[in-house]
Amino acid sequence: MTILALDTSSAAVTVAVHDGSTVRAASVEYGATAHGELLAPVIARVLAAAGITAVGLSRIIVGVGPGPFTGLRIGIVTARVMGDALGIPVSGVCSLDAIAAQAVFDHAVTAEFAVATDARRKEVYLATYGVDGRRRSGPVVLRPDAVDPVARSGQVVGAGAALYPEYFDDGREPLLVSAEWLVRVALDQPEFVVDPIPLYLRRPDAVANVSRKRVTPS
Amino acid sequence: MNDQPIVLGIETSCDETGVGIVRGTTLLADAVASSVDEHARFGGVVPEVASRAHLDAMVPTIRRACSDAGMALSDIDAIAVTAGPGLAGALLVGVAAAKALAIALDRPLYGINHLAAHVAVDQLQHGPLPEPTMALLVSGGHSSLLLVPDVTNDIRSLGATVDDAAGEAFDKVARVLGLPFPGGPHIDRMAVDGLITIEFPRGLSSSRDMQEHRFDFSFSGLKTAVARWVEAREAAGEAVPVADVAASFQEAVVDILTRKAVLACKEHGVDTLVIGGGVAANSRLRSMAEQRCAAAGITVRIPRPGLCTDNGAMVAALGAEMVARGRAPSSLAIPADSSMLVTEVSAREGLM
Ligand SMILES: [Zn+2]
Repeated sequence: MTILALDTSSAAVTVAVHDGSTVRAASVEYGATAHGELLAPVIARVLAAAGITAVGLSRIIVGVGPGPFTGLRIGIVTARVMGDALGIPVSGVCSLDAIAAQAVFDHAVTAEFAVATDARRKEVYLATYGVDGRRRSGPVVLRPDAVDPVARSGQVVGAGAALYPEYFDDGREPLLVSAEWLVRVALDQPEFVVDPIPLYLRRPDAVANVSRKRVTPS
Repeated sequence: MNDQPIVLGIETSCDETGVGIVRGTTLLADAVASSVDEHARFGGVVPEVASRAHLDAMVPTIRRACSDAGMALSDIDAIAVTAGPGLAGALLVGVAAAKALAIALDRPLYGINHLAAHVAVDQLQHGPLPEPTMALLVSGGHSSLLLVPDVTNDIRSLGATVDDAAGEAFDKVARVLGLPFPGGPHIDRMAVDGLITIEFPRGLSSSRDMQEHRFDFSFSGLKTAVARWVEAREAAGEAVPVADVAASFQEAVVDILTRKAVLACKEHGVDTLVIGGGVAANSRLRSMAEQRCAAAGITVRIPRPGLCTDNGAMVAALGAEMVARGRAPSSLAIPADSSMLVTEVSAREGLM
């Protein structure tokens, strides 16, 4: 089994090639507004570092967010199109689940905890987890002051906690999702695997604009 | 002729997800999924709605193009994609999809200019473009007059709109007249029954403008003049002669477009005019361009309407021409460039 994993839901582009038990190659690049430029070269580099070409892949796993839409779509369309062209399955994993799995493995958390990431517009994406790293609730998008006080005052990993320390007392690492942990979630918690569809959690900003604007001064 | 390159082209600069396949100058497939109905209730294209629709339509549209062409993706020799100009978020979906295909199939990538593709698409219908060619591109997003010595690497901008695009003016006037979005086809249809009774202004046509903005266009003043005229009738309690207003407005747009295009051909010694973009489907534009070009000894080439609107075939057509001429492919690091200049026919290096 040779898995390509990638995530573009955060300020990073993270890519890994995983053989089902271990990471064969991985790379991360930072650039919140440059996912479109960064992702394909990083994939090419990671495949080369793993000593394979794309036809050597048997599965693709992509982070489905939640995250800023434009970046999120770049990863998901890349996974879908590569998977279709190669004739291999493409699965989605909630990006917050991967952060949670890594936090548990790293012993960064010691109790039930939450993952909070940056949703921009002064909001966070939030999900809560058991001490085993399995998701209990969420993900949702909300203002930090609207987060359940129990979750807010407990252990919180992810960039959202670091961004709003006035609301999250006990922010911890990891801050961003790492592709290798998408694979771990997909393999260890198959019930959390989803279709590669973005978790937008917000409707598009759009206002109906069909009324006539008068130009004659009244 | 089977050794000609087979190129798959992806277009997502606005609200159409287009995937075309071309062999040389032969069109093999032109699959288009449009999200226009989702935008209609907003009276214009909503970028986030368009981007979401592109993501959903991408794989099905690629599959449909392959099945229409009767081939597998492995038969494709190169991938071309619109790198700009257009809506940033929409472009990014197509560019990422094209890069994904380039990696999966191990084929070269050509990130190309949308406007150049509007010119190159005519080769699919009328054969190789003479060099130089003059191009008039008119749509909801662009109004440009281009001198094209070589569509793969030398395009010069002679003029462009200084405010609204021509197609945008059609949409806005349609709204004033209570016609649905997109306005172009509705005004065209309505105008058939109308008379050209109102003399609306021709933007940037005064002798002073003809010095400073010789080949530029302006449609904002025209749109306002139409709105004023209609509001004055309404204020007077008179019925608005919708067909006559549509015909008179359309005449003003088409008159200035064709007048400047023919003038550009004459002054630059170019004997072929290609017209592209969604507004090229307008029946009055077609007839007036044919009439005026014939009178001036200019050959006018207008692709059929399906090739004039945004589509993947035009991207594949330019990509195939770039392959045929041995132009260098783009790197996997190219950006989607929402304001890509037409003088940049293919995308430059990105960040890396
Ligand atoms: Zn266009």
